[in-house]
Amino acid sequence: MATQTTAATDAFYKQLGRMYGTYTGGFIAFIVLLAILEQMGVPNKILGYFFVFFTLAVYAIIGVATRTAQISEYYVAGRRVPALYNGMATGADWMSAASFVGMAGTLFLLGYDGLAWVLGWTGGFVLVSILVGPYLRKFGAYTVPDFLSFRYGGNFARFLGVIVLVCCSFTYVTAQIYGTGLIASRFLGMQFELAVFAGLVGILLCAMLGGMRAVTWTQIAQYIVLIVAYLTPIVILSTQHFGIPIPELTYGKAIAEITAREQQLVKDGLAVLCTQQACPAGTLRPHIQPFMNYTPLNFFGIIFCMMVGTASLPHILMRYFTTPSVREARQSVAWSLLFIFLLYFSAPAYAAFSKLEVYTNIIGANIDAMKPWIFQWGELGLIQICGKNAATLQTAIDACKAIAGHSGVLRFQDFVINTDVIVLSTPEIAGLPYVISGLVAAGGLAAALSTADGLLLAIANALSHDIYYKMLDPSAPTIRRLTVARVLLFFVAVLSAALAATKPSDILAMVGWAFSLAMAGNFPAIVLGIWWKRATTTGAICGIIAGWGICLFYLVVSRYFPQAGVTYFGMTSLLNPETGQALINVAQVMADPKWLADFPASAANPLANRVGWFDLNNINCGLLGMPLGFLVIIVVSLMGKEPSREMQALIDEIRKPRGRTVLEEKT
Amino acid sequence: MLAGPPVLMALWVIFSFVIPAFAVQLNSIVIAGFPLGFYMAAQGSLIVFVVQLFIFAKQQDKIDREFGVAEDD
Repeated sequence: MATQTTAATDAFYKQLGRMYGTYTGGFIAFIVLLAILEQMGVPNKILGYFFVFFTLAVYAIIGVATRTAQISEYYVAGRRVPALYNGMATGADWMSAASFVGMAGTLFLLGYDGLAWVLGWTGGFVLVSILVGPYLRKFGAYTVPDFLSFRYGGNFARFLGVIVLVCCSFTYVTAQIYGTGLIASRFLGMQFELAVFAGLVGILLCAMLGGMRAVTWTQIAQYIVLIVAYLTPIVILSTQHFGIPIPELTYGKAIAEITAREQQLVKDGLAVLCTQQACPAGTLRPHIQPFMNYTPLNFFGIIFCMMVGTASLPHILMRYFTTPSVREARQSVAWSLLFIFLLYFSAPAYAAFSKLEVYTNIIGANIDAMKPWIFQWGELGLIQICGKNAATLQTAIDACKAIAGHSGVLRFQDFVINTDVIVLSTPEIAGLPYVISGLVAAGGLAAALSTADGLLLAIANALSHDIYYKMLDPSAPTIRRLTVARVLLFFVAVLSAALAATKPSDILAMVGWAFSLAMAGNFPAIVLGIWWKRATTTGAICGIIAGWGICLFYLVVSRYFPQAGVTYFGMTSLLNPETGQALINVAQVMADPKWLADFPASAANPLANRVGWFDLNNINCGLLGMPLGFLVIIVVSLMGKEPSREMQALIDEIRKPRGRTVLEEKT
Repeated sequence: MLAGPPVLMALWVIFSFVIPAFAVQLNSIVIAGFPLGFYMAAQGSLIVFVVQLFIFAKQQDKIDREFGVAEDD
């Protein structure tokens, strides 16, 4: 029997390898075909459509082909996704539009300080592997709230788990759909709202029919597209500039050149250096110099919150429910990080190559000599020259002429580029054929869609499995459970698309908040639930409410009600990391009737996101919430009676890989 | 027993927090254009994380087998 299963598994793995091998080959052949079509004179817009619709069609076909009517297939892909493939799926699940499009731009802008995000979004998998993932797999849950409910006996803990999950996943999924709309509208020239709903159809086709099973096999396909798309332009760039096709090795030279160029710019009077005496906006912060954009507290806070948040985000944790064994869950975390690493350790290369280009060919050059790609992005409001959107050469020249004493040579402070442009414009900057730009757009779409799939599934599963089945109607038959899951998925998706279509200003910032909220709400309860038998129901419930509550409070007050924060809660201005002085004059803003009436505060309000306690950026609110959560759980648990002996025996069971899962679901 | 959880957690703390804390000092060492402080946060620590996870998966499996709590193959 055992050998039979092994043989069947081997055959399954071989078949998977063949399928995805063929798929990758087909994708590369497709790129080559489009490159040939481009040479034959097919217009760019048609190529863009080919890229987007071909990839969307493939995802939809996989989604439809892997549809299922079985509960365990729908929720955990039948628990037979091999470690390596689950690693790829997690990679796609993990890397969102923010990673693909935004990360390199953040590094371009912040230099060394941007690396807090690179470290934070990778190191967390160490915590997943050691503290959480394999144990939740052994437990045998369908969702994270499932675990909380079982461990902390009852539906109140489950309900809190669902609230935390929905709260941190919903804004995150809206950001992904927003990203989809942005990419589709830029590359296909579609109307933004239309593009949002086109992306929505792509997401629904994958996730609705097949649940976790379809999402898994689609995410693997999406990972392949996104990693090929991300690496191709910089590999070409690295070969062009340095003769070696490994950008991760060669960008050191670019960094050395950037540093030399920075000194030259300051010497030539083309840039003003940020110093401890004065460091206003528009001054140059050297690329390799740490702690110029974040204070050390906030720099390490971001690293810590993103890492712990990784180990608390339900849509990531649930991916490790799908492996065949605890052993493979652990291996799978390692594979996940390897596949994520491939993108993250390349992002600084994008930033360095783009920065070198900007510092050598744009700043210090005459305005007449600007290249045409600048105006394509300027038209979309993403590049500004001399304070105006650089839609045409003439607007740029006029804008600079309006500045008194401007010599016509572009200075550092004259050029402002939106961080999203860096990755998307690299092919154009390097003068590569349009087919590469189309490829990058397809990769960005894959990143946004795959993350949206995983998040939507996490939300819909929590609502259908935890709220509907476990709390409202435990006797519901299979068909009805699946129907409810699909209907809920549809409504959550439409709701987040509708929200994304309104272009809410805060949506991308909220991705960072989601990590802190997940960390404050989930991490203490999950970790103590696995590692401390003494943790009690009352303790966990109080801990989740206290930790998550303080984090949410800090976020909402410092972002939307900063005036109240200053008046009633003793918040003060955050500090400039270099000079140590207040970022804003709080008293002056508070006295201004214009800002006093701005309630809740708009994004333009100078106080929004710039006040707080202990100079703590609100992205790092998990630093307040998580310790409080731990403290409350421990203190309250110690005051109450210890959990029953059966429960303690079950917790022991979670730590041993051998044997059946602790929770047995009827299917 | 080289890569038990306490060792891994210690490595995690060192490569996530301790080394970046000395970035300014490490940046004075430059290898192939990379200032060392920058390199560690951009690549070095990441490589350590990946490698330690593969080693941990292997070691933990070995320990589980030794104590007879591993799953059947």
